[in-house]
Amino acid sequence: MADHGGGGGCCPPMDLFRSEPMHLVQVIIPIESARLTVSYLGDIGLIQFKDLNAEKSPFQRTYASQIKRCAELARKLRFFKDQMSKADVKSSAKSEAKAEFNFDELEIKLGELEAELTEVNANNEKLQRGYNELVEYKLVLQKAGEFFKAAQSRAEAQQTEASSQQAAEDSLETPLLKDQDSTADQGKQVKLGFITGLVPQGRSMAFERILFRATRGNVFLRQSSVDEAVIDPHSGEKVEKNVFVVFFSGERAKSKILKICEAFGANRYPFAEDLGKQAQMILEVSGKLSELKTTIDAGLSHRANLLETIGKQYEQWSELVRKEKSIYHTLNMLSIDVTKKCLVAEGWSPIFATQQIQDALQLATVDSKSQVGAIFQVLHTKELPPTYFRTNKFTESFQTIVDAYGVAKYQEANPGVYTVVTFPFLFAVMFGDWGHGICILLATLFLIFREKKYSSQKLGDIMEMTFGGRYVILLMALFSIYTGLIYNEFFSVPFELFSPSAYACRDAACSEATTIGLIKARDTYPFGVDPAWHGSRSELPFLNSLKMKMSILIGVAQMNLGIILSFFNALYFRNPVNVWFQFIPQMIFLNGLFGYLSLLIIVKWCTGSQADLYHVMIYMFLSPTDDLGENQLFPNQKTVQLVLLLLSLIAVPWMLLPKPFILKAQHNRIHQGQSYTPLEGTEESLQVEAGHDSHDHEEFEFSEVFVHQLIHTIEFVLGAVSNTASYLRLWALSLAHSELSTVFYEKVLLLAWGYNNWIILIVGIIVFIFATVGVLLVMETLSAFLHALRLHWVEFQNKFYEGDGYKFAPFSFALLVDEDE
Amino acid sequence: MYGFEAMTFNIHGGYLEAIVRGHRSGLLTAADYNNLCQCETLDDIKMHLSATEYGPYLQNEPSPLHTTTIVEKCTLKLVDEYKHMLCQATEPMSTFLEYITYGHMIDNVVLIVTGTLHERDVQELLEKCHPLGMFDSIATLAVAQNMRELYRLVLVDTPLAPYFSECITSEDLDDMNIEIMRNTLYKAYLEDFYRFCQKLGGATAEIMSDLLAFEADRRAVNITINSIGTELTRDDRRKLYSSFGLLYPYGHEELAVCEDIDQVRGVMEKYPPYQPIFSKLSYGESQMLDKAFYEEEVKRLCLSFEQQFHYAVFFAYMRLKEQEIRNLMWISECVAQNQKSRVHDSVVFIF
Repeated sequence: MADHGGGGGCCPPMDLFRSEPMHLVQVIIPIESARLTVSYLGDIGLIQFKDLNAEKSPFQRTYASQIKRCAELARKLRFFKDQMSKADVKSSAKSEAKAEFNFDELEIKLGELEAELTEVNANNEKLQRGYNELVEYKLVLQKAGEFFKAAQSRAEAQQTEASSQQAAEDSLETPLLKDQDSTADQGKQVKLGFITGLVPQGRSMAFERILFRATRGNVFLRQSSVDEAVIDPHSGEKVEKNVFVVFFSGERAKSKILKICEAFGANRYPFAEDLGKQAQMILEVSGKLSELKTTIDAGLSHRANLLETIGKQYEQWSELVRKEKSIYHTLNMLSIDVTKKCLVAEGWSPIFATQQIQDALQLATVDSKSQVGAIFQVLHTKELPPTYFRTNKFTESFQTIVDAYGVAKYQEANPGVYTVVTFPFLFAVMFGDWGHGICILLATLFLIFREKKYSSQKLGDIMEMTFGGRYVILLMALFSIYTGLIYNEFFSVPFELFSPSAYACRDAACSEATTIGLIKARDTYPFGVDPAWHGSRSELPFLNSLKMKMSILIGVAQMNLGIILSFFNALYFRNPVNVWFQFIPQMIFLNGLFGYLSLLIIVKWCTGSQADLYHVMIYMFLSPTDDLGENQLFPNQKTVQLVLLLLSLIAVPWMLLPKPFILKAQHNRIHQGQSYTPLEGTEESLQVEAGHDSHDHEEFEFSEVFVHQLIHTIEFVLGAVSNTASYLRLWALSLAHSELSTVFYEKVLLLAWGYNNWIILIVGIIVFIFATVGVLLVMETLSAFLHALRLHWVEFQNKFYEGDGYKFAPFSFALLVDEDE
Repeated sequence: MYGFEAMTFNIHGGYLEAIVRGHRSGLLTAADYNNLCQCETLDDIKMHLSATEYGPYLQNEPSPLHTTTIVEKCTLKLVDEYKHMLCQATEPMSTFLEYITYGHMIDNVVLIVTGTLHERDVQELLEKCHPLGMFDSIATLAVAQNMRELYRLVLVDTPLAPYFSECITSEDLDDMNIEIMRNTLYKAYLEDFYRFCQKLGGATAEIMSDLLAFEADRRAVNITINSIGTELTRDDRRKLYSSFGLLYPYGHEELAVCEDIDQVRGVMEKYPPYQPIFSKLSYGESQMLDKAFYEEEVKRLCLSFEQQFHYAVFFAYMRLKEQEIRNLMWISECVAQNQKSRVHDSVVFIF
């Protein structure tokens, strides 16, 4: 393949028209300079390394341990990032002080930092736990205190009630014993033990239930919910909790309750019954709390400082680690020599980069103070090289449109070149309105002017797509301003921009202007559609006929371009069979039928004839020998039609039959010839021969080739009709667009205007703006975009584009960043 | 509605079936196991696993790795997947999915009860529990002294409650009757699950009854082997066998009277599906029996993926994943203890 590199001689080299010529290179690198070499090659980013160790599992490869180290560092960095985002510390985008780090130094440094950070974290956590415990304790003290107070006051109330009752009864027959009873009761109450603590609110019901069951109902439980969520000292999470007090009697019950508390994660806290003690405890706890708070704050600020210093260099470090990891991944793809002294790399690189690569190899040898330089040599192979187009930020998005369908085969004609113009143009044919065009132009200009800012930051999904296609949209907008001027539509309103309308009223009143018609008063309107057509009764028939014919002209032109490109491909790949038995009959067939139709359209426009083109085309097939009568556009038309029809009929078997037979004959010839040609002496030709051998020994299935050709022919013949019809979408979409904008203008804006009420007017304007932006500028743009895309992918590219190549994916540090995010 | 599942299954089950089949294709393959078996250190294992579905779960683990961490993270993945499926499931699939976890629940109950019997720390025990078999009040199990309390205090709230009807005694807990409790519970669980699957009908019933029957038979064999030489009476032994499966009822009669492993073998070889399992073993050997059973089980589980529109794939996936985790644990243990020659002793390849 490499000898095609010169450009085939048919056309001057164009950067985008054919993909870059590539070659397979082999680099033999001494092991001591391997890392540096790969790193320099990564800076250039123009080699796609082949994996020479595909059968080895990742940890059996040479540099597995280094990759493990990188993964470990990456883990540490992730840990830092996690900590930084938790502490709201931003990593500064690029640090000014570019301290160069050695990989080993970095490893040590990161290890130290991690240890320090985990220690600080552990300390903080311990303090925090103490703090949280105290907070909980305080809550328990307060809430439980309330229980006791409430219980006490209630008990006192009961007692006073009882005593007042007693007092009432006293006078009569007071048994002295009763008093003793109540005191005995009190004495019994004292023996009741109790436990206070906090239990998570979600589990409080189950907690109560289990307590009840375990002690057979011999408990008294009071719960009260805490208003705010507290941080659980053990898990460190915010939980809604209940303060509880359990009263029980007996040791067994106590041990059971303790176990249950433990099982439910209920934190218990000691509680003094004495009111005075309680108050004292609360004071004490509050004091400790404020003390702890200051300690924690100090710890946090220390941690923030630490993270700040990490944040300063975080980006740099992570970039370094990413680079190192990719270097070792690449090194792992190289095969190691038996002597373990050098590594052998194989990869694709564009031919123009040879010098650059050799320079980099030289530099690496010098920089690593290696005694032996790397050896660079070109290998010959039959393998298909990857496809690489050197695009810039303008052509990139257009190339993406083509690549989305399929990556071009190596060095085949690239439709991307034409897409740059035809895509926005076809879009604009469907989106012709210079008002809308200006809106889109403003939007995309905004994106382009802020390009620097946006390209460095991460955007949302849709925004990113729009931003990526900003130059496509720019051209789309410019072209739709152009077609909008031709259609003479500005938000569906016509303007007399270039001169006054050519038509004028028959009389002064001009009452029937839209129905009966006008007389031509001046020269023809110089550019585009005359504004007088707008709103007239014959507007639609006129515009439809215009746009329909225009669609066919554009379609036939683009399909012809596609077929011509297939000619250039055949020429470039030295494939005369495709020229004679594919390109020529295809040209004849398409132009004999639809090229002729286009010719008729142009003739009709120029002569102003009233011939019915449908009739002409239909009867060209049905009864080609009949007289054309009034539909005749030029002399001898009948003869011309007969010739064209015959040529088209011949073109079909011409396309179908010869090619498979010729291929078969070629195959047989090569096979016979091969067994008798003497082998030439040089090693190179041997290799090439071997390549030929393996290639050509594939079975030649004649039936398969024939069926393939049959399908191809049928597809083309039917496609010629259906693809031409498919281009009518240009007319349909443009009609839909203009009708929609008319509806919004007349039925919303003018209607609101007619009320003479400013509130209605404002509402009308708002509705109009939203409808215009939402439906016309966004949805219509999208649909016209998709239709233009289809016309390119299907109608245009199926004439010549194979699209079965694979993309050049070089090892490059510049591409690394996008990959990771 | 046998034969018409295809019409309506996807309304509720389509999404989840797609999910579970997607998960299944993430299972480690024989090539993965071959690579794993060649690992030299646990870090190698981590490195290899990071290229599989386990990647995100292991990538943030600091480097001196332990077997427990690997197993824990892998289990975490299984649990996450299970929870996702359970969240999306509607009746009756959600019940079906819940049934899958009851086995773990029984194991956890037994683990905690035995643990507290030997006075181990509850928190420590809780960490050992399988996360799929956790329920709210599980830690409270430590409070119970005997079966009756166990049931009345804790288990009455759990789905296991109905299974307890057969084993409520007031005896204090000891190792023996805990083991009996485990088997009684498991028996009741399997029977219940079996009935539930029969009720679902269709392909689910067909495939699940096959899988559960295998499970029941395997348990029957294990119970027999484990109870040889213990004081368990024949009648008690027979009570522990589930009342379905290939061995039911005649095989159970014969198993109940077995006195040594070769007698068990004699009984089992009468059943064609189990013949190949036992024919692989030499006489008197029971060590390799587990592996042989696991291999057979994996084969059957994999087959359940051949049919569509049924729930057995969920059961099969969970079981396969558990087997995979067991494999990983074994491999990592072997690697960690430098016993690589024994790696193949217990690893069951899934594909």
